[in-house]
Amino acid sequence: MRKLALSDDILMTVEKPARYIGNEVNSVMKNSKEVDIRFAFAFPEQYEIGMSHLGIKILYDMFNRREDVWCERVFSPWVDLHKIMKEQNLALFALESQDPIRDFDFIGITIQFEMCYTNILQILDLGQVPLHATDRSIEDPFVIGGGPCTYNPEPLADFFDIFYIGEGETVYDELFDKYKIWKKSGKSRREFLEIAAGIEGLYVPQFYDVSYHEDGTIADFRPNNEHAQPTIKKQVVMDVTHAVYPEKPVVPFIKAVQDRVVLEIQRGCIRGCRFCQAGMIYRPTRERNVEKLKEYARNMIRNTGYEEISLSSLSSSDYSQLEELVNFLIDEFQDQSVNISLPSLRIDSFSLDVMSKVQDVRKSSVTFAPEAGSQRMRDVINKGLTEEDIIGGAGKAFDGGWTRVKLYFMLGLPTETEEDMKEIARLSDRVARRYYEIPKEERNGKCQIVASSSFFIPKPFTPLQWATMFTPEEYIRRAYIVKHEFLEQLNRKSLKYNWHEADVTMLEGAFARGDRRLCKTLEEAYRLGCLFDSWSDHYDHEKWMTAFENTGADLDFYTIRPRALDEKFPWDFIDIGVTKDFLKREWKNAMNAKVTANCREKCSGCGAGTFEGGVCIESKSKI
Amino acid sequence: MKVRVKFKKYGAMRFIGHLDVMRYFQKAMIRADIPIAFSEGFSPHQIMSFANPLGIGVTSEGEYFDIELQREISSKNAVKQLNDVMVEGMEVVSFRQIAEEKKKTGMAIVAGADYLSSLKQGTFPKDWKEKASTFMNQEQILIVKKTKRSEKEVNIKPMIYKFEVRDERIYMQVATGSVENLKPGLVMQAFCQYLHMDEEATSFANHRLDLYANAEVDGNRELVTLESLGSEIE
Repeated sequence: MRKLALSDDILMTVEKPARYIGNEVNSVMKNSKEVDIRFAFAFPEQYEIGMSHLGIKILYDMFNRREDVWCERVFSPWVDLHKIMKEQNLALFALESQDPIRDFDFIGITIQFEMCYTNILQILDLGQVPLHATDRSIEDPFVIGGGPCTYNPEPLADFFDIFYIGEGETVYDELFDKYKIWKKSGKSRREFLEIAAGIEGLYVPQFYDVSYHEDGTIADFRPNNEHAQPTIKKQVVMDVTHAVYPEKPVVPFIKAVQDRVVLEIQRGCIRGCRFCQAGMIYRPTRERNVEKLKEYARNMIRNTGYEEISLSSLSSSDYSQLEELVNFLIDEFQDQSVNISLPSLRIDSFSLDVMSKVQDVRKSSVTFAPEAGSQRMRDVINKGLTEEDIIGGAGKAFDGGWTRVKLYFMLGLPTETEEDMKEIARLSDRVARRYYEIPKEERNGKCQIVASSSFFIPKPFTPLQWATMFTPEEYIRRAYIVKHEFLEQLNRKSLKYNWHEADVTMLEGAFARGDRRLCKTLEEAYRLGCLFDSWSDHYDHEKWMTAFENTGADLDFYTIRPRALDEKFPWDFIDIGVTKDFLKREWKNAMNAKVTANCREKCSGCGAGTFEGGVCIESKSKI
Repeated sequence: MKVRVKFKKYGAMRFIGHLDVMRYFQKAMIRADIPIAFSEGFSPHQIMSFANPLGIGVTSEGEYFDIELQREISSKNAVKQLNDVMVEGMEVVSFRQIAEEKKKTGMAIVAGADYLSSLKQGTFPKDWKEKASTFMNQEQILIVKKTKRSEKEVNIKPMIYKFEVRDERIYMQVATGSVENLKPGLVMQAFCQYLHMDEEATSFANHRLDLYANAEVDGNRELVTLESLGSEIE
């Protein structure tokens, strides 16, 4: 039987010991002596969150299909265990073998959001691996980062040997094959990094030098090693239908956040919302074949025993075979008591009809993400949603028996005026008015409209990457304007308004568009005790501010400073297909509140056509 | 048709809590293709009820839950199908038909359980075996029971049916279920006090052997295993 890394005493002390014992259904066990490469795949967050993530499932499955690789999982120990491990100097271990990750060949860390950065340092620190890539020896694993945040990897540059830019399905095999040859050759650590730098899509940050202007912006960014490429090309898997899909995903014992079978129906989004990073970096939109998805759905339910299946994509309604797929799922699974959940659906007759079949209308709510209250503001961000769509969709939902509507907004968008802010409240009220148009005897009591707003954070590789952020005081002021306007509304008793905190927003904004000078600040924050920053009870703003102060970094430089159109950004060395020229064009369109058509209506020449696939060739073949 | 499933839980699985074990078996039913019945209503759920929760850290070779089937399946096939989809540390022992009456299922009938308790940390005094034989001669065995709201002293002696040394371990049979429930840890705590041992420095590994129902004859307690109330499906 497997020996657990943690003693019984520790496991009996900590919250949810099931997070640390592995042994879940479909977890992969191999003999460590019979593999050439041991890969620790880390998700730097709590187990329940990490286990909900599709990317880790795909790569875990893909890596373990190779006989020469054993990929295991690692998550952030929760704060209780973190403390014990530090006190007793225990080394972080992988769940499957329970072996210390410092003895592995690779530690792969998926980086999904900025507020997990201190947890990345925790993984390395508890893993007993030197934090800085340049301090690691031949005995240490190679630390490789992937995921959406690596589209600006610079604030993490010091801590990673390699960043994998783009979708994981493409060049890992090449990396592993070359690693095996290198390992036998007895060459130096540096020589392996040079080999890695020669593989498309892999970025080795220590092979680049950055210089800065007096005003702090980047003057020059160039390779200092002949093996390193001046630009790194994003990796895309063009044939998503035949790409690896995890048909036997690991099933956690404890309830994960996503505790269901997940079917990724497509990658990318045709919409082109100007604030959305995913909408740009995953271009071009690629659909999976519907027959293949049906097969996956059947197999995955049988292999996991889950009683719920969920579709995953950025905008499910844009999947061309949605109706066929959904009808299949209902026919196939409803007798077997498998629930079907359909997130990110546009609210229209079809989706309401489907929703009424798969969920209890009285208990559920319909969700809209207008993102902005006024039509002008929605045109600025290119959210292709009109007031008619919202009121019409909500109206249909009310007529169908729903009484609860959720509305998501952003505050602090570029060019936002007081009128735009107030429109959030007024639009919410107009939704409520539509409800009360239904004759009293036909409606089901009062309606409940819950509006919530987050503060807009400009992200790299979006048309709004040039936008300035505001001070926390200004964000709060704007939230209060909205709040007061809600109190002015006719149906205020049916309306509810929540907004997100502003402090965390600043930090997320700084790291989203930060440069490698922020590595020091991040390290200092971790040293001061910052951890699990995305959890409001654990986020410590004071400590973060101290970290900025101690390292001489200027938060405002990264957040509220206006950026010139020709500024050299830290992430400009990455080629995502979508060109900077297109993003500039879109930024100007945003400033003029000019709407751009989606990929199926009309090609706007964003540059993703260079990948010669997905929606880019689909629209051409239709002409 | 009602069925009782008996299973073992050991190794790393001792850290999986009761609710998670329930969820684990719900999924296992689907993976193993067991024709389990569902409740009616908008969100149907599997008809499954567990006999008695096992504490975290405790291993067992006698755990039970009852389910209802849509159609018959042989015991032999069901056990095999389930064991094909188990993880290490979970093993299905039997799958037996039980009586249809509601009051004879699940929680309601559990009356006792027996455990083996072995010393994991700390040392017994030399005369612990003799002391074990006199432990039950005490008039009362008092222990402070802590609940969320209060602490109270209770006499647990009537709830201890058997207490003896087996090999180098303590064997005990105690009251279990919805009427009276005694945890093995509490008995060992009382035994430690009886031996004047340092409780803080002592810990035990507890292992449940089986769960029992009371097949009372003339008012006399007669414990029979839950498994024995079922019969093999051919």
